[in-house]
Amino acid sequence: MADYEVPETHEFPIIPSIMEGAMAHSSPFVAGKEFQDDMGFPSPEEPGKLIDGWKEKFLEIMQDKLNKYRSLQVFMDGCVKCGACTDKCHYFIGTSDPKNMPVARQDLLRKVYRRYFTFAGKYFPKLVGAVDLTEDVIKEMYSYYHQCSECRRCAVFCPFGIDTAEVTMAARDILAMIGMGQKYSNQIIPKVHKIGNNLGLPEPALLDTLEGLEEEIEDDTGVKVRFPLDEKGADILLVTPSADFFAEPHVDGLMGYGKVFHAAGVSWTLSSKASEAANFGLFIGNYEHMREISLRIRDAAKELGVKRIVFGECGHAWRVAYNHLNTLAGPWDFLDQNYPIPQHILEFTKDCLDRGILNIDKSENDHMTLTFHDSCNIARASRIGEDPGSQFTTPRQVIQAVCNNYYDMAPETTHDQTFCCGGGGGLLTDDLMELRIKGALPRMEALKNAVSDKGVTHMAAICAICKSQFTKVLPYYGMTMDQIVSVHQLVSNAIVLDGQGEEAEESDDAEETA
Amino acid sequence: MTALSITYVVLFYVAMIILFGGLINKIMLYARVPAPLKIPVTPAPLTKAGVVYRIFYEVVFFNSLFRGSKWTWIFGWMFHLSLLLAFFRHLRYVISPDSFIWPLVNNMVVQSFGHYAGFTMVIGLAGLLARRILVDRVRYISSPSDYLMLLLIMGIGVTGLGIAYVSHTDVVQLKAFIMGLFLFDWQNLPSDNVLLVHLTLVLLLAVIFPISKLLHAPGLFFAPTRNQVDNPREQRHISPWGAELEAKDGRNA
Repeated sequence: MADYEVPETHEFPIIPSIMEGAMAHSSPFVAGKEFQDDMGFPSPEEPGKLIDGWKEKFLEIMQDKLNKYRSLQVFMDGCVKCGACTDKCHYFIGTSDPKNMPVARQDLLRKVYRRYFTFAGKYFPKLVGAVDLTEDVIKEMYSYYHQCSECRRCAVFCPFGIDTAEVTMAARDILAMIGMGQKYSNQIIPKVHKIGNNLGLPEPALLDTLEGLEEEIEDDTGVKVRFPLDEKGADILLVTPSADFFAEPHVDGLMGYGKVFHAAGVSWTLSSKASEAANFGLFIGNYEHMREISLRIRDAAKELGVKRIVFGECGHAWRVAYNHLNTLAGPWDFLDQNYPIPQHILEFTKDCLDRGILNIDKSENDHMTLTFHDSCNIARASRIGEDPGSQFTTPRQVIQAVCNNYYDMAPETTHDQTFCCGGGGGLLTDDLMELRIKGALPRMEALKNAVSDKGVTHMAAICAICKSQFTKVLPYYGMTMDQIVSVHQLVSNAIVLDGQGEEAEESDDAEETA
Repeated sequence: MTALSITYVVLFYVAMIILFGGLINKIMLYARVPAPLKIPVTPAPLTKAGVVYRIFYEVVFFNSLFRGSKWTWIFGWMFHLSLLLAFFRHLRYVISPDSFIWPLVNNMVVQSFGHYAGFTMVIGLAGLLARRILVDRVRYISSPSDYLMLLLIMGIGVTGLGIAYVSHTDVVQLKAFIMGLFLFDWQNLPSDNVLLVHLTLVLLLAVIFPISKLLHAPGLFFAPTRNQVDNPREQRHISPWGAELEAKDGRNA
């Protein structure tokens, strides 16, 4: 565990006094030429510099974005600086840096907007806080637009619905196009384009992993649960974050999906071509890349001839799937219209539980007392079910259907007021570790209080990034990495498959007779 | 006509042209720029009627602000509601007594609520100003224009109260002047100092409106985070430029 200053947690949340420049040093690695090339973005002649004519290019792309995105145009004009958002960002709460207040983060771009695109800023820049576009301004933007996880908590409280995520996405895309792409995201996205997932796992590696899972479940339960890959004619295509193939606790969730499909008796398959639910095109604010990644799912669904698409546990992936898949890769007229397109794995499991076709032994989870972390993109940018707010109820209903001990965390930290894990929005990289630890503060505080007040032992999540982030930061807050679990890991624990344990019992009998 | 009256007639027309021209221009821009993706902040309504209710609730009660900051809500809502009541009271200057809506404006309720709204308006603004100065976070994000805007509107409120309580003006002549502006039958304006300051500040506010943060008023109705229906799986959403991309490569066929 590397050494970082960890903020103190309190019994009640504390809004810090501002500390200017507290996180001015935080900046992720800039993408080198090879990654910028792969993305179709330009690179400067000299590393660390900007491309020739960067200023004109910046303003040109900004104008293009203002013409293409109503959100950006309206949000640039509409802020009255009321301050309602100033204490809502987990990065501000964790770092005290005033530029991490949502309005101040937006202002980095808004100041430039005012200077070059408004009457007041052109003629009275000082009066309205407009600034010239300089290299220092660009550097500041690069730093602070990579201290936003695009979680939208600020947008919940803004009287005008201004969503800083929209501004961050626009700014990141503009920066990438003047040679300041982020290495982490720009390294990952081409792997999806070329291979099919963020990790660059080719088909043989996937096959190997899936066989391993089949063996593990068979050893454990005595039941052969299949994890099919590229199986033509299957009914369901499962698209899941590639972290589910190897990371803990993600993989336990994947085993849970497999068991639910098995118990439900449906035919399903994974695809090596669309072996990634995550879509980092969202994070970097690039429509074309986001569409390109989404279209792989369309192509895979067509090639495999599936009737339905189900998404695994992943926050931003579900945001893109739920809100944008139809826009980017639709229309889905060739799929079975009797099911939601796409469907969330929790919608599938909840339906199975409601119909009583899963055999559940809740006591298998009795060694844990659970709480649930609402992932930001699911809470504030999707539904999991039919009603508004079902994104909160469905996961809780599933958890409570498979666990006896469950408590919510403090209400001001759940549902649409949930705090980001601190690692979302393309920030889940080691070069931002300090930010990730500090940004986790509000969630860690709420969890710690649930641990001490309610005896909570584990926190369940339905997002690959949340799971990875918590695995990493829990130890910094005096907890252990295995305290974060997948929701379908809980389902996996509790589900009793047909034929499960029969062999084991037989062998017990055999031992007794012997 | 006095030179002063002529000056104010000209100023009035210029200000109104800037106000309405600028606003219409901005509103048309907001309406023209597409929203390429579904981005409602959820939980969001599933129907258009639900969206109308959501926006109505935001406009009338400042629902999100209420959840976000109680002090800002109290002062902000007090100010805006007072502004609305004061506006209703002022309608008596632009409506003819022969009109059928005259009784709706010239009655005890509208006139007395509007009368006292001047005080609550100034109190609300003072609260907002105090918050801007005293809370370190809000002070940090404030530009000179943010303070001046509050002072400008406070100036309008204070001079308005001044006319109502301290330095009365000839309201009959004032009404004649204003009605004359609408009918292009120009009349003299009473030359009381407080009134002139009041009117000047109002005209200044009108001119600033379409080039300032006061655009939050129309912007509120155009934020895709609030005005979109949550139905992306049921109904395909595509922007004109998104459709162009598709047509180019044919990959969505």
